[in-house]
Amino acid sequence: MSDTSFAGRLRSFADSDLFYSFRRSKTTVIAAAALALLFFGAIFAPVIAPFDPFDIAHLNLLDSELPPAWMEGSNSAYWLGTDTQARDVLSSILYGLRISLFVGFASVILAAVLGVFLGLVGGFVGGIVDAVIMRVADVLLSFPAILVALLINGVMRGILPANQHESAAILVLVLAIGLTNWVQYARTVRGSTLVERQREYVQAARTIGVGRLRIMLTHILPNVLGPVLVIATINLGMAVLTEATLSFLGVGMPATQPSLGTLIRVGNEYLFSGIWWVVIFPSATLAVLVLAVNLIGDWLRDALNPKLR
Amino acid sequence: MFVFLVRRLLQAVMVMLAVAFIAFLMFRYLGDPVNNIVSQDATQQQREEVRQRLGLDDPMAIQYGRFVINAAKGDFGVSYRNSRPVSALLAERLPATAELVLVAALLSLVLGIPLGIYTALKPRGVLSQGLQIMSLIGISLPTFVTGILLILVFSVWLGWLPSFGRGDVIDIGWWSTGFLTASGLKALILPSFMLCLFQLTLIMRLVRAEMLEVLRADYIKFAKARGLKNRAIHFRHALKNTLIPVVTIFGLQLGGLIAFAIITETVFQWPGMGALFIQAVNFTDVPVMAAYLVMVSLIFVIINTSVDLLYNVIDPRLRTDPTRASGKGA
Repeated sequence: MSDTSFAGRLRSFADSDLFYSFRRSKTTVIAAAALALLFFGAIFAPVIAPFDPFDIAHLNLLDSELPPAWMEGSNSAYWLGTDTQARDVLSSILYGLRISLFVGFASVILAAVLGVFLGLVGGFVGGIVDAVIMRVADVLLSFPAILVALLINGVMRGILPANQHESAAILVLVLAIGLTNWVQYARTVRGSTLVERQREYVQAARTIGVGRLRIMLTHILPNVLGPVLVIATINLGMAVLTEATLSFLGVGMPATQPSLGTLIRVGNEYLFSGIWWVVIFPSATLAVLVLAVNLIGDWLRDALNPKLR
Repeated sequence: MFVFLVRRLLQAVMVMLAVAFIAFLMFRYLGDPVNNIVSQDATQQQREEVRQRLGLDDPMAIQYGRFVINAAKGDFGVSYRNSRPVSALLAERLPATAELVLVAALLSLVLGIPLGIYTALKPRGVLSQGLQIMSLIGISLPTFVTGILLILVFSVWLGWLPSFGRGDVIDIGWWSTGFLTASGLKALILPSFMLCLFQLTLIMRLVRAEMLEVLRADYIKFAKARGLKNRAIHFRHALKNTLIPVVTIFGLQLGGLIAFAIITETVFQWPGMGALFIQAVNFTDVPVMAAYLVMVSLIFVIINTSVDLLYNVIDPRLRTDPTRASGKGA
């Protein structure tokens, strides 16, 4: 561990228990590969996507509703076919994936920061502050996440003027999903904070007159962060799914900036005209994404923290 | 027991008051209620009159009190979008959702328990392995994707089942039912299957895990030693103890079914309360949103409280430890 060069760190990681258990689990390796591929596609979408689905100048309506490349009557330039507006389905998926993953990560970060902070404060300060935070958490937890997210979404739309709904859609989604999912972090962090604050190093810090905020942030926080990464991984799958569901229900991303959920909603409207590829490919991408994240989350939970099982 | 009962009921009332407060805040501060009632070119004086009449100048505590009393009477005002009383809108939509949720709940039990027993009794069978994989996929697929796949296969390609609406309904009093016509029953198949799928896999896995556990217990070994038939052991002795946790989970998940009905109703254009709620979110129709919130919360609180109380009766171990008893409800 003392070798701090990059190669040295890589070697010590390759020798670690974590990497050993990763290599041994075949499904996890496959899931990680699939996820890496999806991340790559999302990040480099502008470079690798064959077309720009938002560039109206390049759309040619003669190319609309083309089937995937292996079917009869297709154009080999469009691997997964085109939709009714002649947009390339593959390119739309890559750009949609970008938005879905962005909302997923942003809302997980928001939920984690909020939850860790509230759990830390509740556990350390105790008393009425703690009681209020935990009661709110209890109430939130007794409702299905999708309902809470829908409600927050509806309230935020009510606050914003109607003409800003489209431009603020990402922000609304991140807030709605983030504010729904902080409870698990808060509960876990609060539990460990209750234990840590009795420890001697905290008492020592108190004795020499360190402020409460500083004790919380520099002394206790590093010691309670362990499980947060695991919860965040599992939550990422949930967050992506919630975003897709909200967009599918028509209260998420607008059709001008489609996420995977929006693509599925729009494609669903053309299901009966027989152009199934417009809806099936985004659906499959979403399913693979969620499944891969969940599999990795499950593995991480078992490998890192047997206590959470 | 009596203390527990009182405390649990008080807790339920507190939750309902808190939910009502959120609904009240939405009602009062999400847009100006006056603007949504008067016409565009109303004078300042007319606006003031409406404001007076609605009591919007009163202290907040009084307004909240009035809101709670009206809500308890089922009066949530008038929908901004449809200009009809919200209670009438909800009552009209209630049967569709109730029938859908009921059928889905029954389906998940009727299919889930036997499949769970089967996979537990024959864990190495090909069919069991297949069911396990199917259930993993069923849990991972987003529910609306499952719904779309069902429509694609059974409505578009095979043309067997309708993909939207309730079919023909018959009115019995104010309740409209789809149970009595052939098209109504046919229309129920796909939506209820989509809605129950998650529950179904959950119950199947639960029954399987519990059954495997119970089959290893000593009293089952004794039953075998006594020479009882397999049938009697599996169904009379093992199944009974397996079903206790199933009842609990089933109760708690009923609330989940109502929430997920929102998605099912959107996929199948089912004219229920969930579809109404989505419309309300889309158009910021606050009275409908508030009423739906209060109503669904009430159903949740009733279910959670009764499951807690029932569980307390069934499982005496919970009675001594109040934190475990009250920490239920997912």
